[in-house]
This record gives sequence, structure tokens and C-alpha cells, in this order.
Amino acid sequence: MKTAPLEYLAHAAGPASLPTQRLEWALIALVCAVMIIVAALLVGALIRRRTGARADPSAIGAEAGGMPWIYVGTGLSSVALFAALVYVMVTLESVASPRVAPALQIDVTAYDWWWKIEYRDADDASRTFVTANEIHIPVGVPVQIKLRSADVIHTFWVPQLAGKTEMIPGQINEQWIQADTAGVYRGQCSQFCGAQHAHMAFEVVAQPPAQFDAWRRAQAHGAAPIGSSALPNAGKRLFDERCAGCHSVRGTDAAGMQAPDLTHLGSRRLIAAGQLPNTAANQLDWIQHAQRIKPDSMMPSIALSASEASALSAYLATLQ
Amino acid sequence: MSDTPAFAKPGDPPGTLRLSRPLVRTPFDAAGAERLAHIWETRPGWRGWFSTVDHKTIGLRYLVTSFLFLLLGGIEALVMRVQLAQPNATVLTPEQYNQLFTMHGITMIFLYASPVLSGFSNFLWPLVLGSRDMAFPRLNAFSYWVFLFAGIFLYASFPLGEAPNAGWFNYVPLSGLTYDVGPNIDVYSLGMVLLGISTTVGAVNFVVTLLRMRAPGMSIDRIPVLVWGTLTASGANLFAVPSVSLAFLMLWLDRRIGMHFFDVSGGSHALLWQHMFWIFAHPWVYVVVLPAMGIVSDALPVFCRRPLVGYGPVAISTVATMVVGFVVWIHHMFATGLPPLALSFFGAASMVISIPSAVATFAWIATIWTGRPVFRVPFLFFAGFVLLFVIGGVSGVMTAAVPLDWQLTDTYFVVAHLHYVLIGINVFPVVGGIYFWFPKFTGRMMSERLGRIAFWLMFVGFNLGFFPMHIAGLLGMPRRIYTYGADMGWTTVNLLTSIGSFIFALGIAVFIVDVLYSRKRGPIAGNNPWDAPTLEWTVPSPPPPYNFAVVPTIASRHPLWEGRMQGEHEEGTHEGPRSRLADGYLLDQGREALGTTALEASPYVILKMPEDSYAPFWLGLMAALFFAGLALRAWFFAGLALVLAGVAIIVWLWPERELIQREPTPVARS
Repeated sequence: MKTAPLEYLAHAAGPASLPTQRLEWALIALVCAVMIIVAALLVGALIRRRTGARADPSAIGAEAGGMPWIYVGTGLSSVALFAALVYVMVTLESVASPRVAPALQIDVTAYDWWWKIEYRDADDASRTFVTANEIHIPVGVPVQIKLRSADVIHTFWVPQLAGKTEMIPGQINEQWIQADTAGVYRGQCSQFCGAQHAHMAFEVVAQPPAQFDAWRRAQAHGAAPIGSSALPNAGKRLFDERCAGCHSVRGTDAAGMQAPDLTHLGSRRLIAAGQLPNTAANQLDWIQHAQRIKPDSMMPSIALSASEASALSAYLATLQ
Repeated sequence: MSDTPAFAKPGDPPGTLRLSRPLVRTPFDAAGAERLAHIWETRPGWRGWFSTVDHKTIGLRYLVTSFLFLLLGGIEALVMRVQLAQPNATVLTPEQYNQLFTMHGITMIFLYASPVLSGFSNFLWPLVLGSRDMAFPRLNAFSYWVFLFAGIFLYASFPLGEAPNAGWFNYVPLSGLTYDVGPNIDVYSLGMVLLGISTTVGAVNFVVTLLRMRAPGMSIDRIPVLVWGTLTASGANLFAVPSVSLAFLMLWLDRRIGMHFFDVSGGSHALLWQHMFWIFAHPWVYVVVLPAMGIVSDALPVFCRRPLVGYGPVAISTVATMVVGFVVWIHHMFATGLPPLALSFFGAASMVISIPSAVATFAWIATIWTGRPVFRVPFLFFAGFVLLFVIGGVSGVMTAAVPLDWQLTDTYFVVAHLHYVLIGINVFPVVGGIYFWFPKFTGRMMSERLGRIAFWLMFVGFNLGFFPMHIAGLLGMPRRIYTYGADMGWTTVNLLTSIGSFIFALGIAVFIVDVLYSRKRGPIAGNNPWDAPTLEWTVPSPPPPYNFAVVPTIASRHPLWEGRMQGEHEEGTHEGPRSRLADGYLLDQGREALGTTALEASPYVILKMPEDSYAPFWLGLMAALFFAGLALRAWFFAGLALVLAGVAIIVWLWPERELIQREPTPVARS
């Protein structure tokens, strides 16, 4: 568990974020130095002993004088600013686009208040699939993300992998990310997007290429058959009746488009766009009390009897 | 203001000016003052209250009203800080939080930060310029009434739980009808168009006043820096406000009349709003800080017992900031997917803009260093301000660095930055300015002891509250989230911020107690309690309705310090004639003021100033009712209000015998 999963001071993990992190420390050093110097001058000006007390208390100091302060101060400030500007431009150039062509392209579409993730494969349609709120990438290669919005403006931001890019309806923005170490990187919408802006998170899971390929193959499959035991089948009927209007489970009749694809729900680490760990208990809590956990979200709180709850839970447990 | 062209007629000797009668220089006399008081006084009672056009009354109204809005916005902030003090708090629902942060922004930016400076400028301009009133007194009254009504208008839906809720930046499509069906955004849109009228007419008034109403001899290089600040801000308003008024009008037309200006599905572009908004809103940042910096540039030297170091560079950097301020708006949009080449230009401009700020900073420090500081309460606020100004400035340099801004933008780092700018550069100078000019406003001094307590509470509380926000931002805390999880690492910094904000609020409370107490019980101030150099301190405290019994003639930037400044004679700066304050032009044939030329301030025309009038109040009220009619979509009602507004304009402009100028007679230029 990271102590501050969205921090971008110390854990930049790839070439789209590392140069910025170095720039960040350089500028922090510069501005701290400026602050300390100016504060010291100010305090010095306030407390320094004045020699030669004026005979006449009503006398006023001369208007001339003091100009070297402006010349030297502004001159030095300008030099420091210009140096900073050059460094900024160099950094901008290095993070604006990857050195090598991206190995993978992922489509991310922001919805109020969750993320649709699409892996497309033009050559092999069977490798194309949709998931939600959890992006997997292979370690060590640049990945291009195409950013869209289904409703209002959101912002795609995984601070340890790259800076922010807005997701604007009517236009497609792009952002590249690269993780050089395997791990989980938290992302968060940072453009105010309405009631549940606070709870619109996701995760990027960077894996060694072999693991990533395995994950991708597994995700491309539809849901596994659930067999004939009564409980999951009752749960599936309930799901098709109550949930399928918005959610889809590939390989079944559930084909709703307005909410996260749940085909491989069990493979995800978190639910409710990053808000809760993905456990059976949290799933049921979320289904029954979504409006308490995430007020005004699109997910209604669904009243379930105890038997319905256990049936639905049994069905969801099959979506691995 | 009516006016007669003063061009020489054919045959006049060169340099002739034509005034409607020759100017006569007289000493101040009690009988003349009494006659002037009779001419200029506002009627007592409610009649005078609704009809006055006295710039001092209007200025104080601006100050009081905007301070009430500051308190309202401050209470909103404190409620939010209670919600954010701990993770997963449920003090507020998300919708309540969103309305509160939106109203907090609208209130502080539009209803406090700019109007409070208009208050200072309205009260002070004619006094520091040696004039009897603003150029357009009725427009001045109108500007205040519209501001008041727009403020009430913007709050009209708040008690219903339907306040604006899409942020002060109000991005489409979130603010469009699809995602926001209630009256929330209609109120914001129309309220902003209404408020824009007030800002615009106020700006026109300041610009014309500066160009026409200065005392004879107050050439453009002798005006106080506050005047430079407000002049620059007003000029900027004239260019910036149309953009935002248009944007909000278009948004309202989209929402209620079925237009598609910002409708993506109708072929428009969501970024259009951001451009129109930030082309206005970035210059606006300078609008709400430059006059406040001017307050410091004028008042801080008084407590250093010397003139400001580098008047010229500071004045020029004020204007330069504004000019560059018009080409930096894209730095609010670095993350919108614009090409890096375009971003680098705007990033560079955003860094360059800190150079004029460096000029001002070093001018202030040099003034303190080479002066002999007197540690009175206003000085504490101004000296504290210098440090906050630098912190707010350098964090701005960090956000101007394009790739770094991709991390910083929309995090609490920006919240910290903008509060150092708006509280550090606006609130501290404003409170210091009130301590400084309170004697002039009321005739009484504020308390040194309470003032020191207020300053230290505010200074410590502010830094304790807002400095940790930088850290919260660097730890990745996004703005505008109504709550956060305990596992995000933001708990401690948020608790510190909440504690600090309450300490800061306590400081404001002490300040208000001081104002209320000293208004009635403070020691009597006299004309010039600080031994300050500028013209407002030559008149009694509070000033008489006509300001100056005789219009003074100015020969330097520091008329009240002439003759006792070191180096004055060696360098020959004031070897010419001294300013003449005790005698001057007595204009007493009705409400009269002296018009002077734009650059050199030579007498130019005797201006006939209008009487008090109810028309500005009625026009403001009818304008507000017109917009209320639009908001309620009560078209007939809106039409009726518009007709009545037309009637008010006719009454306002109805010709009056007193305003007629007599045939000019030639006078030789002195």
C-alpha cells in the first residue's frame, strides 16, 4: 500500500513522468531559494539598525536612491527565469511524445463517474474487448491512450506515469504512458465533472509482458459458463432482470452499455471506480447501498432480499 | 458631466484655452466652504440615500457591501473546511459541497475582490486627484446599484438549494441543460451579464476620470500608483468583460432559447467556452491584484518615511503586467490537448509576466531598506503582504512550466497558489488599506492593539492554512472533491488547513470588531494622522461633500512632503514652483469641477456636474428585474422592466438648465 498513491514527487515510474519530476525538484529548489532570499532581505530591511538618527523627525528620505535594488533584483530574477524557461522547454520536448512508436493503443472513454477501457485489435476482432476502471499495460514500453468523453469534460491522470490530459466530448485527445517497473499506479479524474467527481478513480496495472499477454487473452474471452447449480443460475436471472439494462456480461444476454462491463468482474482489484476493494461483501454492499456510498451516482441502491443477495453474489463470483 | 470643447477659436493667440469663465485663484474661506457645502450636500433621510451621487458615499457602500460578501464567502469556505478536515466526512452532501465551492469562488472573485477595490478607488480617486467628484457621478451610483443587485441576484437561488454548482469556471457541457436542468446555471449566467454592466460602466468612469479630472499640474507622472493600478485594471476590464458577458449570454441562449453555441452535438466545440472564459478570467486576476498592489506602493512608503523607490518602473510594470496578462490565458488550458508548440509560447509568456512583479517586489523591499520603518498596523499588513506576494508569485512560475503544470493543474497546489494571490495580494493590502484610510473614511483612528492581534492571527492562520495546500497538491489531491479516503495520505495536511483557516477567520473577526468599535469610539484622527504626502490628507476627515474648497495646484508627487525631503534641493527636483494647497480655483456656481488635459493636467474646461438623482437606482433596479424576468422566463414581466428601464434612462438624461455651459471666453494659458 502506497502512503499517497497520487503523489508525484518521488515515484515517477517512466519516461513520460520522470523528466517532469526532475523539473519539479529543480523548480522547487529555485523557488525556495528565491523565497528565502527575498524573506531574508525583507527581514533585514525591517530590523536593520539605522545609523545617524535624523535630527528632524518630520524629515523625509530622498526620492532618489534605491534604484540598484530594482536593477540587480530584476536582472537576477530575469536570468533565473530564462534558465528555468530553457529547462522547461527541454522537459516539454522530452515528455510530449515517446521516443519510439507506442507498442499498444488503448481507448479510454470517461463516463459520469467511471472509465470504459477498450483494447482493440484491427487484425483479430476476437482480441478486442471492453473492461472498466482498470488498465493493464506491459512494463517498459510506451502505451498510447486515446481519450474520449461520453458526457462532460473529465481528465485522465496517472500522476506517477504522466501528466494530465482532458477528455473532452467531441474531440479525441491522446496521452502516452510508460511504466518501467511493474506495479499498480493509481489514476484519478481531476477535472470537476459533477456530483461524484471525488470518486472517479482507476488503476493502471503494469505487468511483465508475458503476464500482460495472459491477462489480455483471458479478458478477450466471454464469461465462463456457470454450470447448472441452482444458486448462480438464480443470480444470473436476477442479473439479467435487474442489472443488464446498464451492465453487460459478454457471452450472455446482458448487453447494457451505460455502465461498466462486468464480464471479468472478479479479475479486478477495486469496484465502484476505485472506491472499494473488490470483495464479495463490498459487491453486495455497493449493489444495495450505492447511493449511500456514492450519492447521486448513476448506480441505484437496489433492494435485495437475503436469498436474492446470496444468489446474485454467487453469480457475480462466477465472473472471473 | 457636460462639457464644452476648449479649442482655441481662429484668431486667438497660440496656447489659448477657452473656459466658460476665467479661473480665479482664491484662498480658502469659511463662507465659500459653507456655500459649497450647501451646493454639494446630499439630502438627509431616505431621499438622499437613494439619490446620492457622492463618490465617497458610493465608495464606502462598495467597501461595506463587498466586505459582507467576503464574510459570506468566508463562511462558505469554513463549512467546506469542516467537511474536509477529516477523510470520508459527511457534513455535506456532494451537491451541497459543489454549490458551496461554486458560490465561494463566485463570491470571492466577483462580489468581493474586484468591488472592494472599486470601493477604495471610488472613495479615493477624486481625493487623491484633487477633484470634486468622478467624471460621471450618476454612472458611478448606477454602477454600485447594479453591483448590489447582481450580488443579490447571484444569491437568489441559494436559499432554494439551487445555487450555481458547476464551479465559477462553469465549463460546458457540465453547465449545459443536459447535465444541469435547474435554475442554478441560469442564475449564474444572467447574474454575470448583469454584473458585467456594473463593471463596464465603472471602468469607463475610472478611465475618463483619470483623463479629465486631475488637479491642475498633476501630470501623468505624478499620479499615485493606486491610480495606475485602477486605471490599468479598468482599461483591461473594457477589453476582458465583453468576452465573459458574451459567453454567459450565449450559454443562457443555449439553455433556454435553443441555441447551439456550445453544443457539441450541434457541431460546436466544448473548448470554445474555455477560451472565452479564460480570455476574460486571466486578465481579471490582474484586475483584482494591480489596484491592491497600488495600495501598497502608495501607503507602504508613508511608513518608511520616504517616497517609493522606482515610481516610474513600478508604474510601467503595472501596465506591462496587464498587457502581457492578455496573452497568458492558455495556461489555464495546458491540459486540453492543444499542441505543445502553442503551449510553449503561452508558458513562456506566463513566466515573463513575473518580471514586472519582480520590479515591484524589489521596489518595495528597497523602500523599506532605505527608509525608516514605523511599525504601525497598516505597515504590518503591507510588509506581510510582500512575503505572501513572493510566495504566490513563485508558485505561479511553477504552474507556468507546461510539463509541470500537467501535474499541478487541478490539484490543491493551484488552490494554494491562487489563495496566496487573492488573499495575499488582495485581502492583506485591503485590510491594511482600511487601517490606513479608515481615519479618512470616518474621522477616527482604528485600534493599534486590536490591529496587531488581527494581523498576527490573519498572518499565522493564513500561512498555517494555505501553505499545507501546496503539499496536498504535490501529494496529488485534486481540487473540488467533496471528500477523500483515509488511504490517500492527505489527512494531516487537510486538518492543518482547516485549523489555519479558522485562525485566519478569527483574525478577520477581530478586524471587524475593531472597525465597529472604532467607528464610534476611536480617537479623532485629524486631517493627516500618518503624515502622508498625498492630496486626500489635505482635506478634513471625513472629507466635506465637495472634497476641496478650492481646487489645488500640484507641483510634485508628494505635495504634503515638499520642502522637507532630503535631496530635494540638491537635485533640483522641486526647484520649480511648490504645490499650492491653501489657495486655488473656487468653483461655486453650482456643482462644478475642473476638467484638465489628459497628460499635463492643464485647466481645460469648467465641468458642470449633475445633481443627485433617483434615476441610477431605478435603472439598476429595472435592469435587475429585467434579468430576473429572463431567469424566470416571464417574458412579459421582463419586457415591462425593460420599458421602465428606458423611462429611467430618459429621466436620467433629461436636459437640465444648470448643466448648460455658457459661451466660453478666452483665457491665456499660464
